[in-house]
Formats: sequence, C-alpha cells, structure tokens
Amino acid sequence: MMLIQQIVNGVMLGSTYSLVAIGYTLVFGVLHLVHLAHGEVFMIGAFAGLQVVLLAGGGVAAAITAAAAVSAVLGVLVYLLAIKPIKARKGHFLAPMISTIGVGVVLEELATRAFGGEQVGFPVQMESYVWHLGAVTLTSVQLVILLVSLGLMFALHLFVTLTRVGMAMRATAESMMISHTLGIRSDRIIILTFAIASALAGVAGVLVGMSFNSISPYMGVDIGIKGLAAMLLGGLGNVYGAMLGGLVIGIVEVISVAYLSSSYRDAFAFFVIIAVLLLRPRGIFGTTDHVEG
Amino acid sequence: MLDPYIESVLIFTGINVVLALSLYLPVSAGLLSLGQGGFMAIGAYTSGYLTAVAEWPFGIALFCGGLMAGLVGLIVGIPTLRIKGVYLIIMTMGFGEIVRVFFLNFEPTGAASGLGGIPTYTTLPVVWVVALLALFLCFQIDGSRIGRAIEAVREDELAAEVIGINLTRVKVSIFGLGAFVAGIGGSLFAHYATFIDPGQFSYARSAEIFMMVVLGGMGNFIGATAGAIVVTVLPELLRIGDAQQWRMTVFGALLVVIMIVRPWGLLGVRR
Repeated sequence: MMLIQQIVNGVMLGSTYSLVAIGYTLVFGVLHLVHLAHGEVFMIGAFAGLQVVLLAGGGVAAAITAAAAVSAVLGVLVYLLAIKPIKARKGHFLAPMISTIGVGVVLEELATRAFGGEQVGFPVQMESYVWHLGAVTLTSVQLVILLVSLGLMFALHLFVTLTRVGMAMRATAESMMISHTLGIRSDRIIILTFAIASALAGVAGVLVGMSFNSISPYMGVDIGIKGLAAMLLGGLGNVYGAMLGGLVIGIVEVISVAYLSSSYRDAFAFFVIIAVLLLRPRGIFGTTDHVEG
Repeated sequence: MLDPYIESVLIFTGINVVLALSLYLPVSAGLLSLGQGGFMAIGAYTSGYLTAVAEWPFGIALFCGGLMAGLVGLIVGIPTLRIKGVYLIIMTMGFGEIVRVFFLNFEPTGAASGLGGIPTYTTLPVVWVVALLALFLCFQIDGSRIGRAIEAVREDELAAEVIGINLTRVKVSIFGLGAFVAGIGGSLFAHYATFIDPGQFSYARSAEIFMMVVLGGMGNFIGATAGAIVVTVLPELLRIGDAQQWRMTVFGALLVVIMIVRPWGLLGVRR
C-alpha cells in the first residue's frame, strides 16, 4: 500500500490514542497523578456504547453519547471514592496511583462478570460507503472515527482557550494553590476535569470498538499503555502534546507493521519513546516542571 | 508434609518477597520502576533455557538468570541519570513491554508458545533461603556507607553530589542490583511454574510488584516484605467461603481502602 494511505490509517488509529492520552494528561495536569484506571474507564465506555447498540438498537451517535455519559460519571466516581480521600490525607505521592490500580482491577473484574471474558463484536448500524481520493481509500466508518476524534480535540481546544471554565481549568493545572486563592473552586474544576477526561476515553472506546469490530474487558490495559506513552511523548500535562503524541504513536505503529514486522507492533511505539526521552527527557512540548515527578 | 496448597502459597510468597525487594532497592535511591516484570522475564527465560535445554545445574542457571537481568539493568539504568519521577515510571513500563514483545517473537525460547519442560528445582527451602539472602542484602546495604549514600541521593541529588557522592555510580549500580534480584526472582518463578510464556511477565506483573512496595510503605525493606506478603496472601484468604468468585473484585476494593486508611503504606512512615 501507498505511504499516504498508511499515514491516513495511522492518523485514524492515533487519534483514538490521542483521546485517551488527553484524559491522562488533563488528570495529570491538575493532580500530578497517573490515573491507572483510565484504560478501564475507556473499556467501560466501549461496553456502554455496545449495550446501547445491542439493547436499544441505537446508532453510532447514540452509542458515542451513552459512552461519554457513562464514562464521565464513572470517572468522577473514581475521583470521589478512590483518589480524593487519599489526597485529602496527604499521603505518599504514589498512594493514589496504587488505589487507581485497585479500581482498575475492580472494573475489569466487574466487566468480565457482566459481559464475559471473551472478545465480542461491535456491530455498527451505518451505511457503508467507500471513497477513493486519489491513492487513499476511506470507508465511512473510518471517516466517522476521524471526524469525531479530531472534532472533539478541536472542541476541547476551543473550550480551554475561549470559555471561562476552560481558563479556570488551565489556571488550576498551572497552580492549584494560586487559582484557589483567586477564587476558582478547585474541587469543582477537578471534578469537571475527570468528567471531560473520562468522557473522551469513553468515546475513544466506542471508536476503537468500531474500528476493530471487537471489544473485551481486557482491552483497557493495552490502550492504557499506548495512551500513557502518547502523553509521555507529548510532555506530561500538555494537552496539545498528548494530541500530537497519540498521532505519532498511531502512525509509527501502522508504518512499522506495514514496512517492518507486525510481530513487533506493540514495541515500536516504545522504542520511539525511549529514543525521544534520551534526547529530550521532558517530551516534545513538556516543560521541566514535571520532570521531578 | 505440608499441604500442597499451603506450600504453593508459601513458595509464591517467598518469590514475591524477592521481587518486592528487587524494586525496593532502586526505590530506596528514588528510582521508580514499573518494569520489574521485564527483568523478571529475562531471568526466568535465561535460567529456564539453561536448565531445560542446556541442562546446566540449577545453582549456576539461577545465578546466570540474575546476572543477565542485572547486565540489562545496568544499561537501562543509564537513562535514570536524566529521567525522573513519573517519566521514569512510564519509561520502565515501556521497557517491560519491549521485553515481553521480544520474548513473544524470540524463537529459541519458544516465542508465543512459551518455554516448557523446565525442571522443578524451586522448593520451599530454596525459595526462602534466597528470600532471606535478599533480605540480608537489603539489611546490610541499609546500615552501610553505601546505604547512606543511597539515602542522600534519594533525598537531595544536588546536595549528595556536592558532598562527593558519585551519582552515576550509585544510581546505575542500585538499578542494576535491583534488576539482578528481579532476575533471581524470575528464575525461581520459572523453576516452580515449569512452563513460562511472555504473558506471565506483562504489565500486570510489574504493577503487582509496584503495588507490593507502595502498599507496604516505601521507606524501608520490611515494608516491601510486608507488602509482598499481603499482596500474595490476601487474594488466597479471599478464596475461603462464598467470596471465591468475587475475590479479585474484593481485592481491588481492599487496595483502595488500604491506601485511604494508610496513605503512607502499611508500615510506611509519614515524611
């Protein structure tokens, strides 16, 4: 296949990684926390979307909306039940991370019990078209994935730059103490951050389900690792870095499969990351603030 | 004779103590790793190949497993000079994934179908002798001049360097030593499981080791040991009664509760 087609496929795959990575980076921005149950929130979102399709006969839009809503609520619950109480007691900075590992175990187990441990198909009720644009072939499913994920990223960009709440979010990520002093209710902002981060992950869950036509309770770990890698590549806490990082990893993955070997596809992304880290330890857009962890 | 089930729990506890200490060592110098599963895999595959295919004696194979992991650890340890905190956690996680994918494709050790026919050399006394040796190693380091150097590096790198501590040597060697111990732990695991495949050394394994150290309390090696015991024994205790099918769900929830009640770890000290 042509290189340009590979890049389009890579952007499609990568844009779902970006959505997950944005969630990680938003949470990291406000709490300096690696949210290790984020992959499982993504997985639950995918299953919520699937239920809407199977039980209510909903279309793509309904599935995406349901996934976003369910994941947002779940994400906020994770924060309120498993992260906030530990933060409040000012424990070791890694304590909330371990507690999110616990949440991940719980969510994965519950999903396995509710939906079975097998991979299940993800039927899409959508007319299928195929477009040929020069050397590039694009199906309607691929187009939806691209439009939804890139559209959401653009919407997020407008939200954080133009709205008051978005600016409050950025201020909180910059310095929670100072923004709190200036009258921003940081607790509400944190909850909002978790809701947005988790909703994006839920949407990504449906998109990944559509693109591979399969989801499973164990899909959270793999996507979680890719999302973390994308966040790291872009620089911790940087939203635009996470977007770019996800796209880079998606493209690297697709191209390495096409031209090198498919058996190493999950490792290539990390070779890129380690190379980037050695040259520029703070990631592409990162500042030195977070390097100390 | 011990009940075989209890014996297997005791053996896994011993292996996990070794693994938890393998992470405690770099953590004591402030180097966090979410890739101990990768070092464990290197040790397991090296020693497993040596006893199952090359038919070497167990003692030498065990040591070679640790050595191989340790050498790789020294190389992986070099970037720790520049990369810290969360970045290091994610980088080591990437390293663990690379190791897993490597063994998934490495034909001499069976690639995806795994390496079988490893003789059962890991018995209860062997495991606990090794675990006690690892504990003794940590105890010795803690009280020594090197131990104080490590502590100084963890608390304040710049100050440590100013008073003449060789940062490079301390960080790289403690990371390598941790990898060596993880390799030994992996070797013990391989010679108990008798069959290993790359899936056993995934991210979940690294996270489990990470969990033991943080859950136990990061300040001291007794904490790491306690964490290893809790993480191994707790899911087994939950097998008792009707809770069986919910045991992992309860285990996950208990992790959250423990971190809320003891945010510095079970035996951790507030700093």
